[in-house]
Amino acid sequence: MTVTTMAEMMAQGKQPEVLFWVGAAGSYDDKAKKITRAFVKILQQANVDFAVLGTEESSTGDAAKRAGNEFLFQMQALMNIEILNGYEVKTIVTCDPHSFNTLKNEYPSLGGKYEVFHHTQFIQKLIKENRLKIDETTLQGKRLTFHDPCYLGRANEEYESPRDLIRRLGVNLTEMKRHKSTALCCGAGGAQMFKDAEKGDKEVNILRTEDALETNPQIIATGCPYCKTMMADGVKFKEKEGEIVVKDIAELIAEANHL
Amino acid sequence: MHYLPNILFALALAIGFGFFAMNVRKLFRNIRLGKDINRTDNKSERLKNMLKIAFGQSKMVRRPISGLLHLVVYIGFVIINIEVLEIIIDGLFGTHRLFQGVLGANFYGFLIGTFEVLAVLVLLAVFVFWTRRNVVKIKRFLSAEMKGWPKNDGNIILYFEVVLMTLFLTMNATDIAFQEAGVGNVMSQFIAPIFESFSLESLHIIERTAWWLHILGILVFLNYLYYSKHLHILLAFPNTYFANLHPKGQFTNLESVTREVKLMMDPAVDPYATPAESTENQVPEKFGASDVTDLTWVQLLNAYTCTECGRCTSSCPANLTGKKLSPRKIMMDTRDRLEEVGKNIDANGGIFKDDGKQLLNDYITPEELWACTSCNACVEECPVNIDPLSIIMDMRRYLVMEQSAAPQSLNMMMSNIENNGAPWQYNQQDRLNWVNEE
Repeated sequence: MTVTTMAEMMAQGKQPEVLFWVGAAGSYDDKAKKITRAFVKILQQANVDFAVLGTEESSTGDAAKRAGNEFLFQMQALMNIEILNGYEVKTIVTCDPHSFNTLKNEYPSLGGKYEVFHHTQFIQKLIKENRLKIDETTLQGKRLTFHDPCYLGRANEEYESPRDLIRRLGVNLTEMKRHKSTALCCGAGGAQMFKDAEKGDKEVNILRTEDALETNPQIIATGCPYCKTMMADGVKFKEKEGEIVVKDIAELIAEANHL
Repeated sequence: MHYLPNILFALALAIGFGFFAMNVRKLFRNIRLGKDINRTDNKSERLKNMLKIAFGQSKMVRRPISGLLHLVVYIGFVIINIEVLEIIIDGLFGTHRLFQGVLGANFYGFLIGTFEVLAVLVLLAVFVFWTRRNVVKIKRFLSAEMKGWPKNDGNIILYFEVVLMTLFLTMNATDIAFQEAGVGNVMSQFIAPIFESFSLESLHIIERTAWWLHILGILVFLNYLYYSKHLHILLAFPNTYFANLHPKGQFTNLESVTREVKLMMDPAVDPYATPAESTENQVPEKFGASDVTDLTWVQLLNAYTCTECGRCTSSCPANLTGKKLSPRKIMMDTRDRLEEVGKNIDANGGIFKDDGKQLLNDYITPEELWACTSCNACVEECPVNIDPLSIIMDMRRYLVMEQSAAPQSLNMMMSNIENNGAPWQYNQQDRLNWVNEE
């Protein structure tokens, strides 16, 4: 796999169509790296001229901000904005709804104004522009349920783009009882991913996994690397990992298109 | 002596409204204790939200049973109050059913008939509400924060409504002329037979008593609002008007922090320079919130508007999995602390005297604050656009930036971000390694 960095682009005097913001999870976490690679394959199939920041990318500061550390968040934001503006970035796509939300909503007032897409929105755009087609035969008839990431759904009211892609996969979508605006969190947001839960009678991801299991799925689809981890852990806890896979929509599309 | 009832009536009105006005002033004063925030933009969108969400009840009906029953009580409440206008005029001028002559018997009959039907529907709805709270044991009414006064408050409001509606129907049923006219007594005609054996005189006494108790009851109820969760019937309107219009995921960027961070990152700034004279005596701005006066007036308005329905708590992932966090409790605590601060100011001649307490720890514990996943379910669910999440975030900011009191694991995460630009301990130089892994 070859991926160009913004620095290399600049050295060649070129400006890509879009910057792919990989995010910390997408760069380092094993489950999330699969999403990153799948999305890159999709971009390459659609001949999208894109680049990444590579080693120049740093945390958006989302987790720090939601943990209450506004200082660290703004330091990260201002550093990233300096780099992004230095490369004259106009359009960003990311597989992480947290990065999506922060870049789209919280960077503008600090001087970072970009058009930001979640990868499901971007793929949808590629399809509309006839640059990509999803093979609907590969996964046809598979039972699938979709877990709405909070930072894509409620936080930014994007419920349709992931569902549009799911329909194009030819799978059998069964919604969970709690979905779209009433979807239950996977338990990772607000910096919970990086700490133990407070005392309670259950883990949030187990409750959410139970929601998903009620639909008797073969695939639990997500649109967020953190949700993917939480749901996969939940499925493992329920000892269902033999029957149910947890995958990001990008992975499913890459699979459908045999990438 | 002929004018005695009129005088007594005017007096009752003056006391009722006067006392209410006094409490409204206190309410405004307390809300203004909050920090300033500009919510004067996008007036048309704000108005639209208010009409749709507060007036149109659009978010209430997302839960159909309670939503539709609430709609009945709400419509009943708004429309039956037209009748109160007539009662006030009659009371002041000694007239009887003044509108009957003004509007004509048929139209008047239509109006009163509608009120009577609504009154009966309200009684039915209130009965179901009472059953839901006391018999069916719906989980969100049984949370820890609903013990004691909040539970009684909920029931008292229902009893008030039963009494007021019953008095209204009794007043009509015992009004001989009204019953004989036979227009508009849609429901009260079925109550009238109960009083068949009564003499004309005692009927008249019952009618007058019901009439007086009805209006006095309304005045008492009006003044009960301030002491109750029921203020939402008034505050839902400004609350939806002033609510946040940005995407729910967008949290505020603290300007005070931006100034400091920019200064820190500016290579032209001399880090060893002595601060300018004028800044020396200034108290540095507090980051985040530890007490109600650190919150914005919109957050305080939110607290007074909350009617403790608990839809937020019943959708909160932390609460659903047995954690202590309850978004409703965050709002109730904020309101109770604000009331305490207000009373303190009243008792000390207009100036707050330190009482050694604050919202943090004395009301809301860090354990509750750290259980939040910032998922926005509470904000989404609130039928009147209250934002408990913003209070939780402001209090986390205080814990982290003023007290360095984050859980140890979060401190690790934050120092990782500081050192290597990721929440985990990976080298930033390895950020692109995924390209070569399969």
